[in-house]
Amino acid sequence: MRNVYLVTFFIAVLIVSVFGLRGRHFTQPPIEVFPEWAFPGMKHQPKYKPQSESKFFADGRTDRPIPANTVSRTELRTDDELYLGKAADGSWLRGFPKSITVDAQLMARGHERFSIYCAPCHGALGDGNGITKQYGMGATPTYHDTRLREIAEGEIFNTITHGKTNMLPYADKVTPHDRWAIILYVRSLQRAQNGTVADVPADHRSELGLK
Amino acid sequence: MSNIFPKSANKLPLQIVIYLVVLVGLATAGVTYYMTPKYTRVGYAPVQPVPYSHALHVGQLGLDCRYCHSNIEQSGYANLPTAQTCMNCHSMVKKDSPLLAVVRKSYETGESVPWVQIHQTPDYVYFNHAVHVNRGVSCVECHGKINEMEVVSHQKSLSMGFCLDCHRNPEAHVREKADIFNLDSPTIATKSGTEAGVKFVHDWKIKPPQSCTGCHR
Ligand code: HEC
Ligand code: HEC
Ligand code: HEC
Ligand code: HEC
Ligand code: HEC
Ligand code: HEC
Repeated sequence: MRNVYLVTFFIAVLIVSVFGLRGRHFTQPPIEVFPEWAFPGMKHQPKYKPQSESKFFADGRTDRPIPANTVSRTELRTDDELYLGKAADGSWLRGFPKSITVDAQLMARGHERFSIYCAPCHGALGDGNGITKQYGMGATPTYHDTRLREIAEGEIFNTITHGKTNMLPYADKVTPHDRWAIILYVRSLQRAQNGTVADVPADHRSELGLK
Repeated sequence: MSNIFPKSANKLPLQIVIYLVVLVGLATAGVTYYMTPKYTRVGYAPVQPVPYSHALHVGQLGLDCRYCHSNIEQSGYANLPTAQTCMNCHSMVKKDSPLLAVVRKSYETGESVPWVQIHQTPDYVYFNHAVHVNRGVSCVECHGKINEMEVVSHQKSLSMGFCLDCHRNPEAHVREKADIFNLDSPTIATKSGTEAGVKFVHDWKIKPPQSCTGCHR
C-alpha cells in the first residue's frame, strides 16, 4: 500500500510540474475544457461580431464599408451649420449653430471631451504644451495667439472634422455635437488666458485674492 | 491447507476504500485547479503584431482609454483603434520605427492590423461594455491594471461565478463617474465606507441581472 501512495504522489508531482501553477503567462490560445468538436454547443456560433474576421468577404473583414453614394437612415446631414460649420452664404460660421444650446452642460461636456482627445497634444490649458511635446511633437500650436483667437468657430469645427496639415481628423471619435462642445471649451480657455482683473465680478475678487 | 491470502488481506477492502477517497479528493482538487478559467484563461498574453504598450501610452503618457477605445460609452463592443489613431502621433513621433511598420502599412493601404483578441466570452453569453462603464463599473474590475501592462494579459477569470459575484453585491465594486477610466482609483466602498456604496447603488437604481435570461438571451 505504501507503494501505491508513493506512485500517486509522484503522479501528482508530475502533473503539477507539467501544468504549472495558476497565473503564469502563455501565448497559445486558452485550452477549452469542453472543446467544440467533442461537446458541440453554442460556444462558437456562426455569426459575425464587430471587428472580427470573415472568410466570405475578399478583404477578410466582417465590418462592411458604407457603399459609395449612399446614406444611412437618420444620417442625412442637411444642416450645414451643424455638420459643416458653414453659414448660409458658405463662409465659416461665427458663433454656434442654432440647433446647439450653449449652456453649462455643454461646457462640461466640452471640458471632458477636450481632456480626452485634445489635451495630449494641445495641453490642458490649450497652450500647445501637451505631454507629446516632450517626445518631439513640436508642431502643436498654442490657441492663444491672435489668429486663433479671432478664427471663426466654423473653421475650428472644420479642423476637428478634417484635420489640418500635421493634425489628422477626429471625425470618427468626436460626434458633431461634441465638436461644438469642444469649441465652446476652447473659446473659454482662450478667454481665461487673456482675462484681466476687470473680468472678475467685483464681489468675487476677494475670494481669489485680487484687488 | 495453507492460507492463500495472508492475514493482512483482511484489511485490504478498507484500505482500498480509503485510497479511493484520497484519489477522488485529489482528482477533484486537480479538476478545480486545472480545468477552470482561473487556470485556463488567466495569463493569456498572445504575441501581437505591434508591440504596443499600455504601460507607456496610458501609464506614462496619460492617454484616456476612450482616446483609442472610443466607442466604449455607446457600444456593447469595445472597439480597437484604427491605424489612423496611432498615426495621429506616430506620423510625428517615432515615425520611422520598424516596430510600427504594420501600422503604417495599414494606414496607407486600408488593410486591417491583425490584432489578436484576448478576452472573449462564449457566444451564448451576452456582454455589453456600455451598460457597465456608464453605470459605475471600471475597466479595472474585469481587466486588471491595464495601465501597468507592457503586454495585455488576461487577468480575471471572466467565468459565470466572477460575473455573478459582482451582480450579487455591486456596492463593493462601483466607482464615481469621474473615476471609471482611472484604473488606480478606489471604489466608493473603500473610499467612503460600505454605506456610501449601498447608497450609490440605491440612488442610481443599479440592478444588475441575476436571472439566467439577463446574460443568456
Ligand atoms: C496628435 C496631436 C494632436 C491632437 C490630439 C489634437 N491636435 Fe490640434 N493640432 C495638432 C497639430 C500638430 C497642429 C498644427 C497643424 C499645422 O498647422 O500643421 C494642430 C492645430 C490645431 C488647430 C489650429 C488650426 C489652424 O487653423 O491653424 C486647432 C484649432 C486645433 N488643432 C484643435 C484641436 C482640437 C479641438 C483637438 C481635439 C479634438 C485637437 N486639435 C487635437 C496636433 C493635435
Ligand atoms: C493609444 C491607444 C490605446 C489606449 C489609450 C488604450 N488602449 Fe487598450 N488597446 C489598444 C490596442 C492597439 C489594443 C490591441 C493590442 C493589445 O492587446 O495590446 C488594446 C487592447 C486592449 C485590451 C485587450 C483587448 C482584447 O483583445 O481582449 C484591453 C482590455 C484594453 N486595451 C483596455 C484598455 C484600457 C482599460 C485602457 C485605459 C486605461 C486602454 N485600453 C487604453 C490601444 C489603446
Ligand atoms: C498621444 C500620442 C500617441 C498615440 C495616439 C500613440 N502613440 Fe505610440 N508612442 C507615443 C510616444 C510619445 C512614444 C514614445 C516615444 C519615445 O519613447 O521616445 C510611443 C512609442 C510607441 C512604440 C515604441 C516605438 C519604438 O520604436 O520604441 C510603439 C510600438 C507604439 N508607440 C505603438 C503605438 C500604437 C500601435 C498606437 C495606436 C494604437 C500608438 N502607439 C498610438 C505616442 C503615441
Ligand atoms: C464588467 C466587466 C468589464 C468591464 C467593466 C470592462 N470590460 Fe472590456 N471586456 C469584458 C469582457 C467579458 C470582454 C470579452 C467580450 C467579448 O467576448 O467580446 C471584454 C473585451 C474587451 C475588449 C476587446 C474587444 C471586445 O469588446 O470584445 C476591449 C478592447 C476591452 N474589453 C476594453 C475595455 C475597456 C477600455 C474598459 C473600460 C472602459 C472595459 N473593457 C471594461 C469585460 C469588461
Ligand atoms: C464589477 C461588477 C460587475 C461585473 C464583474 C460584471 N457586471 Fe454585469 N453589470 C454590473 C452593473 C453595475 C450593471 C448595471 C445594472 C444597471 O444598470 O442597473 C450590470 C449589467 C449587466 C447586464 C444587463 C445589461 C442590460 O442590457 O440590461 C448584463 C447582461 C451583464 N451585466 C452581463 C455581465 C457579464 C456577462 C459579466 C461577466 C463577464 C458581467 N456582467 C460582469 C456589474 C458587473
Ligand atoms: C451575470 C451573467 C450571467 C447570469 C445571470 C447567468 N450566467 Fe450562465 N454564464 C455566464 C458566463 C459569462 C458564462 C461563460 C463562462 C465561461 O466561459 O467560463 C456562463 C456559462 C454558463 C453555462 C455553460 C457552462 C459551461 O462551462 O459550459 C451554463 C450551463 C450556464 N451559464 C447556465 C446558467 C443558468 C442556468 C443561469 C441562471 C441561473 C445563468 N447561467 C445565469 C454568465 C451568466
